[in-house]
Amino acid sequence: MQLARVIGDVVATRKDESLHGIKLLIVQPLTPDRQNAGRPLVAVDAVGAGVGEEVFFVRGKEASFPFYPAEPPVDAGIVGIVDHWDVG
Amino acid sequence: MLLAKIVGTVVATRKDPRLVSNKLLVVRPMDPRGKAEGNYLVAIDTVDAGVGETVLVVSGSSARMASGLKDCPVDAAIVGIIDEIQINE
Repeated sequence: MQLARVIGDVVATRKDESLHGIKLLIVQPLTPDRQNAGRPLVAVDAVGAGVGEEVFFVRGKEASFPFYPAEPPVDAGIVGIVDHWDVG
Repeated sequence: MLLAKIVGTVVATRKDPRLVSNKLLVVRPMDPRGKAEGNYLVAIDTVDAGVGETVLVVSGSSARMASGLKDCPVDAAIVGIIDEIQINE
């Protein structure tokens, strides 16, 4: 899983049926000192995250697990909103 | 998932039988601000997208979960047509 900041959202009307009702957010991966770590990507939201929040997200097929038994075609999903982190 | 712009089509007569009647498109990944980046990809279209449209591309084994692609040998699928991108940094 990776730390990231939610920087935006995406609207798609025509999409795979199993994506209906799922929020699509743009996340910017972060290093622990809040520098950008690589390219932004689109992730589905499983925890009610919003723009500006710091989150962690999972990549790969596991991103669809929070929606079980549905299996939406997603490869990145936000699974936690971070209150704070501490790196020594 | 990646945002991408559709830049072309691919025609292949000889291919895996499970790919028959699927539409293959060439897409160029882009950042949320619209700048093209990275390598071109061939992706299966599941939402009737066309050249010039901005789409959502799912990669890896998750691509097989797109509608109609169960057990197909694919690693990139177009699963949505993007209407609007909002960036708030």
